[in-house]
Amino acid sequence: MNIDQKLYEIIKDFGIDLVLSVPCILLKGILDLINERKELLHIPVTREEEGVGIAAGAYLGGKRPAILIQNSGLGNSINAITSLLELYNIPIIFIMSHRGGKGEKILAQIPMGKITNKLLDLTGIKTWSIKSSKEITKLKEAIIYSQEHNCSVGILLQKSLWSEEI
Amino acid sequence: MKRFDAINRIAEVLTEELVICNIGIPSKELYHLRDRPQNFYMMGSMGLASSIALGLAISQPRKKVWCIDGDGSILMNLGSLSTIANVNPSNLILIVIDNESYGSTGDQYTHTHNNTNLEIIAEGAGFKSIVKITKGEKIKNILRDLGKGCHFVLIKTKPGSALVNNIPLKPIEIKNRFMQSFTKN
Repeated sequence: MNIDQKLYEIIKDFGIDLVLSVPCILLKGILDLINERKELLHIPVTREEEGVGIAAGAYLGGKRPAILIQNSGLGNSINAITSLLELYNIPIIFIMSHRGGKGEKILAQIPMGKITNKLLDLTGIKTWSIKSSKEITKLKEAIIYSQEHNCSVGILLQKSLWSEEI
Repeated sequence: MKRFDAINRIAEVLTEELVICNIGIPSKELYHLRDRPQNFYMMGSMGLASSIALGLAISQPRKKVWCIDGDGSILMNLGSLSTIANVNPSNLILIVIDNESYGSTGDQYTHTHNNTNLEIIAEGAGFKSIVKITKGEKIKNILRDLGKGCHFVLIKTKPGSALVNNIPLKPIEIKNRFMQSFTKN
């Protein structure tokens, strides 16, 4: 199994039944699997904050949603994370590709990349960083933590996770 | 007709519908007119009422979900219209009360006061069922008669809000009683 398949299997097998996404090139492989296999309900959204709203509504209705986005979209979601998820205590799983870190070639990704961990810290979202395939079980840990503690969690998928395959 | 009158007419038709109500005075007006556990009052995250309603609709496909949204709110999240129209749930009525103003912040005009037409935007977003209501007395019958589907209902009203108190419920209480209202059965 490649990285995308491993990530996909964990998402599917650990209770997540709805994915809200905004694409990122790093997430292309997982998104393709989600679309091809049709085992998970998937709604592409127009903006990450909108995804937080849909996820919150779906949680109220009994689903266990995850949001699959690039870290830049975290910035688009801060008010919803605080004044919706935190205010009503609605636990959502944020799976984010982390652009703007080591080896980033696109300058525009760097400012947000630098503050991503701080933003997650400020919002009180406990976060797991996955840098290599050896660490992939952290995704499982994070999902279980969210379920057991009834809280939102963040998973940052680092670029190196994919580059080790190339 | 003001928003309060429109919400009053909507509230009179409600039976088992799950309602997501927009932040601010709209929620206070609904609470004042007809509080019920099946009402989810938004207290933050302006703009997301229609998104929350969509999430609820897909996860509770056997329930009817009504969203009471406003022009200022939907203008903040226009992408939501295209997502809703493409998901196209069979159990969602998105009601936008368009009073052409930000009613909770002092009645500043929104763009619908001038050139922006939400009916046309909804059509462009892909809604197949669009109803525009300008007369309050039509609200009840139209809402009662809408069948299965994903409907966009635009209610044009004058600006201005009723003098109603804050909602005395805590957000967690709103959530818990809302979820219990349809899971205990």
